[in-house]
Amino acid sequence: MAVFVYAENINGVYKKAAFEAVSYAKAVADQAGDTVTAISVNPTDSSDVLYKYGASNVINIKDEGLKNFSAKAFAQAVSEVAEGNTIVFPHTTDASSIAPMLAVMKNYSLITNVLEAPESLSPFQVKRRAFSGKGFMHAKAEGNGVIITVSQNAFGVKENTVSGSEEVKNLSVANEDTKVISHEQSSGKLDLKEAEVVVSAGRGMKGPENWGMIEELANVLGAATACSKPVSDIGWRPHTEHVGQTGKAISPNLYIAVGISGAIQHLAGVNSSKTIVVINNDAEAPFFKSADYGVVGDAFQIIPALTEKIKAIKG
Amino acid sequence: MKILVCISSVPDTTSKINFTADKSAFDKNGIQWVINPLDEFALTKAVKLQESQGATVTVINVGDTATEPVIRKALAIGANDAVRVNLDPKDSYSTAKEIAAVAQSGGYDLILCGKESIDYNGGSVPGMVAQLLNQPFVNASVGLDVNGSEATAVREIEGGKETISVKLPAVIAGQKGLVDEKDLIIPNMRGIMSARTKPLQVVEPTSSEVKVQGVSYDSVPARAAVKMVSPDNLDELVRLLHEEAKVI
Ligand SMILES: Cc1cc2nc3c(=O)[nH]c(=O)nc-3n(C[C@H](O)[C@H](O)[C@H](O)COP(=O)(O)OP(=O)(O)OC[C@H]3O[C@@H](n4cnc5c(N)ncnc54)[C@H](O)[C@@H]3O)c2cc1C
Repeated sequence: MAVFVYAENINGVYKKAAFEAVSYAKAVADQAGDTVTAISVNPTDSSDVLYKYGASNVINIKDEGLKNFSAKAFAQAVSEVAEGNTIVFPHTTDASSIAPMLAVMKNYSLITNVLEAPESLSPFQVKRRAFSGKGFMHAKAEGNGVIITVSQNAFGVKENTVSGSEEVKNLSVANEDTKVISHEQSSGKLDLKEAEVVVSAGRGMKGPENWGMIEELANVLGAATACSKPVSDIGWRPHTEHVGQTGKAISPNLYIAVGISGAIQHLAGVNSSKTIVVINNDAEAPFFKSADYGVVGDAFQIIPALTEKIKAIKG
Repeated sequence: MKILVCISSVPDTTSKINFTADKSAFDKNGIQWVINPLDEFALTKAVKLQESQGATVTVINVGDTATEPVIRKALAIGANDAVRVNLDPKDSYSTAKEIAAVAQSGGYDLILCGKESIDYNGGSVPGMVAQLLNQPFVNASVGLDVNGSEATAVREIEGGKETISVKLPAVIAGQKGLVDEKDLIIPNMRGIMSARTKPLQVVEPTSSEVKVQGVSYDSVPARAAVKMVSPDNLDELVRLLHEEAKVI
């Protein structure tokens, strides 16, 4: 049976995480000798962008009642159209709210935070993130159906164009338990979990007034910004930027840590970054042990200079 | 109002994570156990609702006798009573089923959880409990008010937040922001003394159906030794990032 995948959109526009989930589903389908069916709720984007990553069928759920997000109503909608015994989700906030509810509805196994293509299909076995990035687990699903959520930036987006077709499903799922009162989306800001480059700073920046240089470096690199826990606890930065064991877990291609000591709880959330650069004035800072490149020195001098040099090569 | 707070007992955040020699399990030797940090936000929120609205707060943990010190800590923080389901949990589903069974018979208005536990990072129990009880579910909650039979929750979304009204009973999974870090309750002597006499009920599991097995575990491979670059030679850093790591 076909592999199904939930292609998440924001205001109708597909997210990078959706392309990654479709890429993953395509890898599973290839292993199984089958095809991928993507499910989307009220998209405005063309299905072509999903064919590009390997979905040969796209089911567009049209439902006025699903204009606003509700985990339960979305799970209900997905369960009405997903017929396959493998359903792939990205590990985004919304998708990881829907997936557990759907798993109960369908009586399927649920494996979250998946990092790689499956090791075996029957039984379904796959490597996943565990212990907040301090270890990995090889998880095996019991039973017939499995739902997985794919950790963002882990498997990657892989182009694999197929010819596809689209199907519109008109649903009217009851959505009465929750009502959205207000919705604030900061536009133009890169999503931290999707970002391929992240510039992060810690207490070494001394105060929120010094974040301008961090943002400038991030701008030049097309990066998202992040911070250590104490920085968001004191309110220098919003807690949505807090990365680590109790914050967000991220795995960008490049993580630049400025004035962050590298405590074990911080590392837990960032050590799956592909390349780590640490800038710290203390040569003994533990973070250097987990870095690929290190610079010992004063961030207040290094960051502006580095920003200029990167600007120059980006030309 | 009756609130049920789900707490999980996890390795202290400073723990080095080791696995048994055959890699088949997490090695619990020498581990200190704490309340899952994300659950602490939920528990503190519940205790605040207890103070402001006269709610009663019950904590529930699915775990063997070894988790009792962590349950007592939750009582010291201010929960009224506790339930332990006597089962060493093997996966999210079996845990959720036991919580739902207790919740069903207890008639709770609100179930609060942490968004995920920092050990197995399932992030699945809260949503499963909600579905098993056929209740609405708000995940990644960073704000909550209760007003009669309705709650107003703020949830984090990618690049923003959303305020939602939710009909109770409901399941809410929280994280930092549900209460401020500085408002987390550290048990005082009185709390610790009174926790000793608060009721801790032990119930037997209803079933033990497991849907996901941990087959084996791996540690994180060590990185190659760090390459140090002089602060006077940032051109070299840029070159390395561009040519060697190919990330800029
Ligand atoms: C339950 C629990 C959960 C936690 N979860 C997390 C988590 O999720 N994420 C997290 O980050 N932390 C977490 N922590 C906190 C963690 O233990 C550390 O306290 C924290 O990561 C330290 O942040 P920091 O490196 O910014 O600050 P500090 O420890 O103060 O380090 C600042 C660094 O900046 C350097 N510095 C100072 N001035 C300069 C300068 N001019 N130029 C360059 N470098 C400079 C210093 O040498 C130092 O290394 C948690 C702790 C607990 C107890």
